[in-house]
Amino acid sequence: MPGLLTVVFYLGTAFELAFVVCSIQKKSFFRYIFLNLYFLLTLASSCMRRYVLGHWGSSSYEYWYAYFYSDAILTVTLYIALISLYSRVFGELRFSKYVRFSAVLLLLGTAAFSYAVVVQSGELLAGRFAIELSQNLYFVGLVLTYILWGAILKLGETRTRVVQIVLSLGLYFSAYAATFALVNFAEKYSVISYLCPIVGCLLPLSWTVTMWRHSEESRLVPARLVAVPR
Amino acid sequence: MMAALIFAVSVVTLMMFFVSYCRSLMAASSRHMLSPEVRDVTGIQDLPTARDYVKVMQLLQLCPERPEDRTGLRAVSLYYDILQMTQESVARLLPQLRIWTENERAGCANFAAVALDRRIAFNREVLAREGEF
Repeated sequence: MPGLLTVVFYLGTAFELAFVVCSIQKKSFFRYIFLNLYFLLTLASSCMRRYVLGHWGSSSYEYWYAYFYSDAILTVTLYIALISLYSRVFGELRFSKYVRFSAVLLLLGTAAFSYAVVVQSGELLAGRFAIELSQNLYFVGLVLTYILWGAILKLGETRTRVVQIVLSLGLYFSAYAATFALVNFAEKYSVISYLCPIVGCLLPLSWTVTMWRHSEESRLVPARLVAVPR
Repeated sequence: MMAALIFAVSVVTLMMFFVSYCRSLMAASSRHMLSPEVRDVTGIQDLPTARDYVKVMQLLQLCPERPEDRTGLRAVSLYYDILQMTQESVARLLPQLRIWTENERAGCANFAAVALDRRIAFNREVLAREGEF
């Protein structure tokens, strides 16, 4: 009988695959290319981690490097996916060029900041840098999603898919940040170890539901999104 | 201390995104006009009210499931439970919050009624298709 973590892992993988299949079926694969790329890379990294785990074991350096470096690559890809959503929202205002330029600057800035933190701490540069970059990019991602949601409300975005994809991303980033904080001050409770993989399933699940239920043409009333009527 | 602060901030943003996500789910079905059959079976005359939610959910459980609804209904059910808890606690002291939660619960009832309408239509379609063979 497989453990709960294994079940959650396979469930997450199934949802990721479902999103890619669904977007191909709905002819939206290239429209949401970076979202698909993120899930394809997640699938590839899951396979690679399983392979490394099987060959070298969970306490080996090989597994440690494979885990944290693939995680850093995935975080950068998710960051690019978020920027692609920015380009969609600001596309009609012809701001896409500036959005891309600012995104590259922000990414380089975050990488430089992470490098500076690692150099100051005097730890092993190669391994620690990947962890630091992932953590900082998660934080930047949460802030950027919050700003994007504000922009969506302000601009009166009506595309159901874009709105729900951004909200799911916001939920994912917030839930992840809450889980990490919880791990820090309630480490002794074993239930905490299940939270991260469960939260990881939420993003592919909600994106798949959005892709499946709504077409690119479906629209919603922006005024209904505002919690407090203006 | 820092971890507790990060936790508190992330829970607040999580709730904010969750409320907006549920509102976007409800907004997506707000334009749907309820069919006369659903109005008859639920007793909804004009627009669903907060009180209709429980009745509509009971009817939904009687109707065979439609896979597309499942996740949305779960999210909105959770949202309704949170609203219900808020109404029975904090909202008792704040009249404006009570009005807001009442409106939101009515939105949840509308979402459930639309899901019921779609389920009935879907099952009718399946039965009609089976009848052809």
